[in-house]
Parts: sequence; structure tokens; C-alpha cells
Amino acid sequence: MIRFLAHRIGFGAGVLLVLSAFVFFLFFVAPGDPARMIAGDKATESQLAQIRKNLGVDRPIIVQYGAFMQKALTGDLGFSYRNQQPVAPIILRRIPVTLSLVLGGALLWLAIGVPIGIMSARYVGSLRDRLGQAFILVGLSFPTFVLGMMSLYLLYFLPKQSGFTLFPAGGYKALSSNPVLWAWHLALPWMTLALTMAAIYARLTRGQMLDVMGEDYIRTARAKGLSERRVVWKHGMRAALTPLVTQLGADIALMLGGVIVIEQVYGLQGVGALAVQAVANQDRPIIIGVVLLGGVFIVIANIVVDLLYVLLDPRVR
Amino acid sequence: MAILEAKGLTVDIPTEDGTVHAVRNVSFSIKPGSLFGIAGESGSGKSVLTQAVMGLLPNADIGGEVWFEGRNLIGLPQEEMRRLRGGRIGMIFQDPLSSLHPFYTIGAQIAEVLHAHEKISPAEARARVVDMLGKVGIPSPAERFDDYPHQFSGGMRQRVMIAMALILKPALVIADEPTTALDVTVQAQIVALLDTMRREFGTTVILITHDLGLLSSVADDVMVMYAGNRLEYGGAADVFRAPAHPYTAGLLRSTPANYRPGTELAPIGGRPPSLLATPAGCVFAPRCAEALPRCSSEPPPLRRYSDGVEALCWLEEGASMVRPVAPAAVAATKSAAPEPVAEVEDVRLTYQVGSFFGPKRSLDVLKGIDLTVGRGETVGLVGESGCGKSTLARIVAGLVPATSGRVRVLGRDMGTLDARQWREMRQQVQLVFQDPFGSLNPRRRVGAIIGDPFRLHGIASGEERRQKVRHLMELVGLNPEHYNRFPAEFSGGQRQRIGIARALALNPALIICDEPVSALDVSIQAQVLNLLRELQRDLGLTYLFISHDLSVVRHVCDRIAVMQDGRIVEMEATERLFSDPQHDYTRTLLSASKTLPAFAERERRSLVETRVAS
Repeated sequence: MIRFLAHRIGFGAGVLLVLSAFVFFLFFVAPGDPARMIAGDKATESQLAQIRKNLGVDRPIIVQYGAFMQKALTGDLGFSYRNQQPVAPIILRRIPVTLSLVLGGALLWLAIGVPIGIMSARYVGSLRDRLGQAFILVGLSFPTFVLGMMSLYLLYFLPKQSGFTLFPAGGYKALSSNPVLWAWHLALPWMTLALTMAAIYARLTRGQMLDVMGEDYIRTARAKGLSERRVVWKHGMRAALTPLVTQLGADIALMLGGVIVIEQVYGLQGVGALAVQAVANQDRPIIIGVVLLGGVFIVIANIVVDLLYVLLDPRVR
Repeated sequence: MAILEAKGLTVDIPTEDGTVHAVRNVSFSIKPGSLFGIAGESGSGKSVLTQAVMGLLPNADIGGEVWFEGRNLIGLPQEEMRRLRGGRIGMIFQDPLSSLHPFYTIGAQIAEVLHAHEKISPAEARARVVDMLGKVGIPSPAERFDDYPHQFSGGMRQRVMIAMALILKPALVIADEPTTALDVTVQAQIVALLDTMRREFGTTVILITHDLGLLSSVADDVMVMYAGNRLEYGGAADVFRAPAHPYTAGLLRSTPANYRPGTELAPIGGRPPSLLATPAGCVFAPRCAEALPRCSSEPPPLRRYSDGVEALCWLEEGASMVRPVAPAAVAATKSAAPEPVAEVEDVRLTYQVGSFFGPKRSLDVLKGIDLTVGRGETVGLVGESGCGKSTLARIVAGLVPATSGRVRVLGRDMGTLDARQWREMRQQVQLVFQDPFGSLNPRRRVGAIIGDPFRLHGIASGEERRQKVRHLMELVGLNPEHYNRFPAEFSGGQRQRIGIARALALNPALIICDEPVSALDVSIQAQVLNLLRELQRDLGLTYLFISHDLSVVRHVCDRIAVMQDGRIVEMEATERLFSDPQHDYTRTLLSASKTLPAFAERERRSLVETRVAS
């Protein structure tokens, strides 16, 4: 067990190292001059040179990367080009927003998607299955921003016009300050995120359940005289869970690196919004920081999913 | 008074291709406490019949009546049916690994039956499950309660299934091919256990199987099904001693156990019909050796004979071609010491295995194998699953390197070949695999599959290759016009012919057949065995023949090596091995395999009644 963990953590560290080098060199060869971004159009060549020297970008790239990694290992990701503040705290401040959005959304999309998928699979070919399939198709076809705009219009703008506030238009209230306000502010983003994702999970659950319900052990469960509900939920769902957990781990990890569209639509100052701003400003240290953060989440999620596998499947133990 | 009585049972299953008439107008009645056998090949409807009766086929259209404990099971409300399942009627399925849920402990899975039917505390349920596990012969049942199915061997898993089916002491147990997935020695134990349990609890058993040898040894009554029809029905002893229906007779004739080794089998020609169409006459007529002109146009009448045997057949006297064709004892005198094609010397194979948490262990799969296969000879490798016989085959074929020891094919050491030489040697050793469904790429045409060896070794191309492939198809009895078809368009037996044609393509020195007929029905199996023998006679082929089925091995092999736990424990000429086995394990294997009773001289049975089909 310890060996396994050590092995996976070592491998994860390797992934992050390769990722950091890749991003670092990618932005080095990309067009754009950070000094020009900071100093503006009217700066003289000598001013630019001075800024480059201050930023350290006049040195050879290998040296820059070495210096960056040396500091990164101590948790120092450098300073934002834009406002000269340290990168790590800037990013860390954004995490609660994204975390709230993703985890709440995940609960909601599981609560919607999984039952629809199961219903579709149980009554395959029937009207209920076709309704489920229609939901999947609609959810997958709607772009997130359209869904976001629509829910803003229907649930914020229209009620607002008729004089009451059903949901706020956006913004974020800390969970620690007021849980009710927190949930109220996140309700629309959660719904938007969940509708798209629920379609994906409904499709996945449907496919898994169709496979599992054809297994011999399901026939055994029926032959034992179990009620159909027990057959489906206890025997069927238990076996369909493993691939769902894998997908969920990957999705959550990916989103914790920033949910770009939804954060933009609802004005949430999360990691995704930060990434968009940083790219617009060519703020390299921030971009690298956000990418590395996403990488860390994915590495952690993979380890967690592997451990869950062991819990879920006695054959792996 | 019968415990289960079916009258005119019909099962239709709607599919995308049309309605499958899986069971057609089948009636039978089962005496309490008896063992009722249902025999038939795949697609005969024997499993569908019982599952439909149990309400496990929700899509099926079921007609007729099935009476059990005063109730008609057909059309019974779902809730009442659910209470019968597990409670009054237990079921045991073929593959105990896939039939047990992999994620729950066996104890919990058995206890679930109790909880579904009775109000019972967890502690009490546990005690009863442990008691039952002990009864079915699971050692230290209290500790094993919390183990998962994968921690048990195949035989132990089937014991768990039996415990699950019997724990509520149901009046009837349906065992659907309960021993097919198990090794011979384990099969015997499981059958014995079922029999003991039946006597102890007074349970009636329906045993569904394709294994006629097994049925003849345990069943009281049998029903022989073919393409959904009940062709023959009667006391097991009467039916097997003198089958009344040509199909039953044909099945017995295609069983290698009924033959002197090395003789031609008499298979049932052709293949089973599609279940989508309803034939005007007898379903078996197209394959029947004794068919009369009217058989294919008029539905056969039901004949009842003086000994109670019933057959659905136009023949008044019943099947006449009962005995196998008298073997013309061709003493296969093979040259004393043929030139060796493959020599295996002290081959060992060790795997490193590590469990998820634990440290690595080494696992000895082969522990020093010596074996020589001479030109033109067939050497059999027999043993139970896990004994290393398939692994040995892979090593001889050069697919897996041995940890130590030497494999020489045509005098050349397989271990010292460079890449080019290895490629050349690949032409000399070919494999025929067990599963004719899984071992052919479903998206490639048959012509391409058989032509692959020519392509890969750059031997023939274009029209020349096509000619060669057509010739091969003809050689193995496939229609060369089917060159452009896909594997899915062929039956199991035909697919095995495709595999054989592919193996033959490059005139290999050695063909390794890894369980080539074990996935096939008896009648088809006989066709393939005959083909292998013919090819050997005509082309002088050398076979290494792997099988768990002793009657098959005995039929085709000159010498047999018995393997156990990675060792060859006995190696002897076939007849001597069977008549005078030296090793204990060989004796166990031989005694475990059920053979059919000898055919009787045709009995003087007389026709009592004829009921014309309505």
C-alpha cells in the first residue's frame, strides 16, 4: 500500500515537472513581450530593457526555468507581471469559488443524471427511455453559455423586471460568512453546470446499466426472489459504480483547474476567470501557476480514484 | 401427482430479426423427488424454457400452462412469482463465477435469499448460511462467509451457488448446465453433491445439460430437445439404451466415447435450423439420416411406445440406425520412432506475481516438462484448468519464452533464433484456438483471414493467393464462394474450420490444437474431429492436441500426456493409458469422466399410441 502510494506520488511529481517545463517553454516561444505589456506603448527601448532586467526575462531560458523551479519547490511561484503581487496567494484566493461551484454542481449533476440513466436503462426502448435519451441529447447539444444566458434571462432578469429577485445575477458570498447566501448565489451556476454534465452522466449510467443488467449475476439476483428495486439498485448500480467514479474523478479534477465559461457568465472570480484575465494580460507567472494547479488536481484525482477502486472492487485488493 | 407439469408450453421471443420460436408446444411432467433431465445442444431451447417459466425473460411471449403446487406459473402476478423464486424454486447456473456478484461476499449473497423471503435477524441468517455452507462441503464455513467469489475455486463457487439455491429447502431446483464450466473431477463432485442434497432435502431437480453421459448416469427421466421441440421423452434408462428418435440416436452416435479410438465418427450432418421460421414438417428432417419424404412437409405425429418412451417422429418403429458403424479396426501402425518434430526438454516457466498490497511472489507454472512429438503423430495433453497445458502450448509455439529449458522445433532451438529465423519458424508451428467466436476478427473477411499467412510471410499475392485460399476452404469443407463473407455469417463449427484452414495455409510441421472442439456441440464436434483426422491422413500432419475431454483425446491421439500442477505425471500410448493407468491422478481423471451406457440391441418395443399433430 505504502509502496503503491509512493510510486504514484513519484509518478505524479514527474508529470508535474514535465508539465511545468512544457508550459514554461511554450510561453517563452509564444509571441508577445511582457515588458511592453507592463510599460505600455510609449515606453522607450531603455525603459523596456530595464523592465526586462527587473523581471529577469533577459536571461537565457534555461537559467530562467532553473530559477523558477528552484523557487517553485518552496511554494514561491514568482510575482504577477501585472500587479507585482506573489502568484501563489492570488491563485489560492480563487480556489474556494471554483471548489464551491464544482462540488455543488457535481452533487446536482449526479442527482439528476444517474437516476435518468438508470430509468432509461431499466425501461430500454420505452417512452421513459426515449424521454431520458431526449434529455441527454438536449443537454449535450446546448452550449454552456447559451444555457447560462437562458437561465439568467428566465430566472434573474424576468423576475427582476416584475419586481422581485428570485436569484442574484452572479457574484460569490463566502460559505463561512453566510451559507444560505452562498448557496443562493451559486444556485444558477450550479444548475447550468449540472444540466450539461447530467446529460453526460445519464448517458454513461445508461450504458453501464445496460451492460450490467445483462450480466449473469443479475439473473441470479432475480432467481433469488429479490425485488426488482433491490436488483437494480443493490446489484446493478453497485457494479456500474466503478466507471462512474473514474469519470467523476477526472471531471472534478479538470474543473477545479477552472470552469471558464460559467465563471465568466456569472461573474464568479474563480480560477477559470483568473486564467482568462492572465492570458489576456500575458501574465506568464499566473498562467503557469494556474496550469500547474490544474495539473496538481488531476494528479491527486488519479491517485484518489485508484484508491477508490481498491475500496470498490474486492478483486483488486 | 406431478410436482411440475407443463402442457403445450410455447415461448416466443421478439427480436430485431423477427420472432424467435424458442420453445414450441412442449409438455412434460416431473415426479416429486426425481431428477428430470433436459438434454439438447445449444439453441435447443432448454435454458429458455426454464427461464421463461421462472419469469426471468420479461420480453418473452409465453403460451400454454405450467402447473406447480396448484398454481399455473404462466401469467402469475409478478409479486407471487418473485416469492416462488428462491423460496419454492431454486436455480443454479452454468458459470458460477459470472453468476455470483463479484463485489459482495458469498455469505452476504446467500443471506440475501433468507432476508428476501423471511423476517430474520442478521445473526440468525449468518448462522444458517454457515450451516448450509458446511453442508455443501465448504471447509471452515464460518471464516469463508466473508470471502468474495474470486477467492474460491470454480468447484467451490458452484457449491456456493448450490447452497444459495437450497438454503430455503425449495421443492424444486433447476440446475442449468451446473457442471459445464468445471473440471471433470470437480464435475463428479458437484453432481454427487446435488444428488446427496436432493435425497437429504427431498428436492426435485431439473438438470439441464448437453452432456448425455452425465444425464444417463443420474437422471430418472429425460426430455431431448431440438430447435425448441421436444423430440423424445421417457425414462432415462430406456431412452439411452435404445433411443427412439433419430436425433437422440444421432447424438449418441456422434459422441466419441461410443467409438473405438481412431475410427471415423458418424456426425449428424448439417447445422441446426434458424428458430425464426416455422418449418412445415419435422424440424430435424433436413439433418435426419432416416428422413422419409413426408417428414419435411407434414408435422410429425407423437408416437408412444410400450416402455413409455415418446418420440415426435414419422418412423413407426423408431430410429433404426442406433449402433455406431462397426469400426473397421485399422491398426494404425505408425513407424516405431518417427523423426521428432518438436522436442521439449526440461522446460520451466515462472511468473512473478504481486498482489496489490503484498510483496511479489513467484509462481511456478511449468515445473520441468519433457515431451517429444514425432512426425505424423498426435500427442494429447490432458489436464484440468490451471495445470499449465495451454501455457506449454504457447511456449512450444514460441509465443511465450520459457524461463529455462529448451524447445526445439525441427531440430532448431527456439531460444537461440534471431528475428529472421524466428519468423521462418513461425511458419512451421500453427495454432487452432478454442473459441471460434473470439479468435477471428469480426471485421475482416474470411478470405483475408485465411490468406493472412501468405501475406505476412510474403508467399503469395493477388490471384495466386486467392486461388490458394479457395483451395484451403475446399479442403476444410467450406464453400469457396463464401470467400467474401464475415465470420459472423458462419456457425461455430464452420468458424473452427476457418481457423483450421488458416493454420494449414503454410504447410506447418506442427499444428497445436488448443481445445479445438470444446466450445462446439456434440454433433458439430464430431464433424470437426473427423476433419482433423482426414487432414492428418491426407497431408501427414502432426498435432499437439490439448483438451480436458478424455473421450475426445482418446479418440484422436496416439499418445497422451497427463498434466497436473505443471508436470507431466504420466505419458503413455493412448490405449495403454486407458486400460492400465499408472498414476493416481490419471485414475481419478478416468473414473470421473462419465461414459454412456452401451447401446443395446434394438429393443422389442411396440408402438402403443399415435397422436397426430393438430
